[in-house]
Amino acid sequence: MTEFDRSASNRTVSKSALAAAQARSQHEWRPVGGNLITKPFLVLAALAIIGIILMLYRYAAGLGAVTNLSDGYPWGIWITYDVLVGTALGCGGYATAILVYAFNRWEYHPVVRSAVLTSVFGYSLAGLAIFLDIGRYWNGYKLFLPWTVNFNSVLVEVALCIAAYVVVLWIELLPTILEKYPENKKAALWLHRLERWLPVIAAVGILLPTMHQSSLGTLMIIAGYKLSPIWQTGLLPFFFLISAITMGFAVTVFESVLSSMAFKRPFETPMLGRISVGMAWLIVVYLVVRFADLLFRGAPVFTSGFQSVMFILETLLFLVPVLLLVSPGLRQDLRFLFLAAISMLLAGSLYRFNAFLIGYNPGANWSYFPSPGEIFITLGIIAIELMAYLYFVKRFPVLPTEHA
Amino acid sequence: MGLNRRDFLKAAAGGGLALASNLSPAPVLARATVTRLPDALGILYDATLCIGCKACMAACKKFNNLPPDLCTPNSLWDDPVDLSAKTVNIVKLYKNGTGLAKDQEINGYSFVRRFCMHCVDPSCVSACPVSALTKDPKTGVVHYNKDNCIGCRYCQVACPYLIPKFQWDQAFPQIVKCQLCDHRIAQGSYSACCEFCPTGASIFGNVQDLRKEARRRLSLKPGTFAEYPLQRVDSHHKVSRQVTPYLNHVYGETEGGGAQVLMLANVPFNKLGLPQLPPTSQASHAETLYHTLYKGMIVPYVVLGGLFYIIYKNTTGHELP
Ligand code: SF4
Ligand code: SF4
Ligand code: SF4
Repeated sequence: MTEFDRSASNRTVSKSALAAAQARSQHEWRPVGGNLITKPFLVLAALAIIGIILMLYRYAAGLGAVTNLSDGYPWGIWITYDVLVGTALGCGGYATAILVYAFNRWEYHPVVRSAVLTSVFGYSLAGLAIFLDIGRYWNGYKLFLPWTVNFNSVLVEVALCIAAYVVVLWIELLPTILEKYPENKKAALWLHRLERWLPVIAAVGILLPTMHQSSLGTLMIIAGYKLSPIWQTGLLPFFFLISAITMGFAVTVFESVLSSMAFKRPFETPMLGRISVGMAWLIVVYLVVRFADLLFRGAPVFTSGFQSVMFILETLLFLVPVLLLVSPGLRQDLRFLFLAAISMLLAGSLYRFNAFLIGYNPGANWSYFPSPGEIFITLGIIAIELMAYLYFVKRFPVLPTEHA
Repeated sequence: MGLNRRDFLKAAAGGGLALASNLSPAPVLARATVTRLPDALGILYDATLCIGCKACMAACKKFNNLPPDLCTPNSLWDDPVDLSAKTVNIVKLYKNGTGLAKDQEINGYSFVRRFCMHCVDPSCVSACPVSALTKDPKTGVVHYNKDNCIGCRYCQVACPYLIPKFQWDQAFPQIVKCQLCDHRIAQGSYSACCEFCPTGASIFGNVQDLRKEARRRLSLKPGTFAEYPLQRVDSHHKVSRQVTPYLNHVYGETEGGGAQVLMLANVPFNKLGLPQLPPTSQASHAETLYHTLYKGMIVPYVVLGGLFYIIYKNTTGHELP
């Protein structure tokens, strides 16, 4: 068979390791259980169906029929929200993996699974959104042919890296699925193999988002003057990377609080507090570099009309979590942690909208606001994401076992 | 598990250094703006000669099989208001005040032709992920190949002149742009717009010759009579005409790293809707940053190795075997 069974002694070692792994995982995570078909679930299902019908219409009638995109604004909310914000919200798995595996902070291990789960859906559906957005999707495979790919294109790095990371995320999720079948020998065998490959998987799972989250920022460099100098800078990759990591922490806190409320489980306040403080420090680094860069280039921060308003709003949203989390008292209070996380998520999202849409001005004759079709397809994608999340959390060992 | 943050930071430093080098004014792997090809082909458009007859637009549609673009209610004929997937060449009008004096910025008017500039270092080519847009290594013509295109529209984000257009109304859309009539060039002919221009406002030719011709026109004395070639820069067919004043600027000579389409006018080019671009190309900015981070994939591999080492230690509690 396999190297797994090569020697007797090896086998016993493996078996005990396997048993330990299973015991540990059962100790750490458990399915929530309960009814799947609830009222909120049905609302989500309705949204998903509307979205899917509109998607079919988009394929039949072309992009112009469902979107407000134009030759001036070729990219709209499908790129900005579904791909940029969607994958940044999917950085929970990435951010917690850095904490646990790279910084060796195993006390955060319990939240890794649910973080990976949101990442899986965030990224997979961003992939779906890309497929909706590209006009000549049947040529999509050309991205993977070495003789057609243009390695000077930043978009190539983004696309290949996101595609690879989706695969890695599903591999990271596999243990969760396999553990549901403790009796199945094959499942146990694969579980063990995955455990052995963990260092490789975890390392690739940290490298890939570092690459593509920063490259998402690099995408806009070539837009040149069309992007306002408030956002157009050689530091775009740095800002995109740091804000993606902070959004990853924020989404982990956000999700932990929400799922505790929804499934009536105890809150993990002290742990979330520590994660939030780390996040706040990163935001401080981000803000210092951001303002140094703006000052250095003399960007027209206050004289750009609506863009200035959005810039100030973006900055305030970044500041809120820092101000909330400097005081040790507030850090113990779940409500403030939650508020800080939400503010960070909004800050990172607005930064992305600013850098790709609001700060983007191709000329006076062009304008863009998403059409109902674009919005409903996006809502449909979010609904599919949430339904998949609910299904997994209720049926598979994802959420941390209660300590109470 | 004696781990660690220190190790991690050490490994991360490799990546950090590469990132930091972008902050310095002279990045380590600066990719210079591409220089001109010796046999490049292009067009010289002289707004002071243009009479706005739109013969070039009609010829362009005919020889590129483009459909009429009906843009006003109940329109009876092709009347595009801007470039689109149906119109890759357009003549526009600048007008100010009374709009009476030709080629005057104040109380005057000027025509301006807009179409692909066939940049020396094109952003669209750098941006396109699947090499659907390519620059011909000899003529420098920027050509589109629909068989590769995935319709991502990154070329539209990248082009500083907003030239590539997308067929928004099609279920199986394409990008459409001027390709300098390269199908005609392949048969020994040249761009249709220049063949049908009655005044010599648009002439076709080798870009070096076009630059010389542009310089010659700038050195002419307004009010005197001079000869202007028709259709092609090397044509024996010339018209004699009284010289009118020019702005001392050949647009496209340096803009955005230079273009193979050059323009002359007497109204400032930004008034005519042309962007003011630095002499370095947007493609070189993007690729400098990108290559600095990813040259030979060295930085990513180093970071991956470092990560693997640390995570191996952290998950197993052992050094590497
Ligand atoms: S003008 Fe635009 S489309 Fe034409 S070559 Fe330059 S970048 Fe490409
Ligand atoms: S739309 Fe087509 S031509 Fe334009 S960048 Fe994308 S693949 Fe290339
Ligand atoms: S054909 Fe010549 S004169 Fe007529 S509009 Fe075109 S460039 Fe101007």
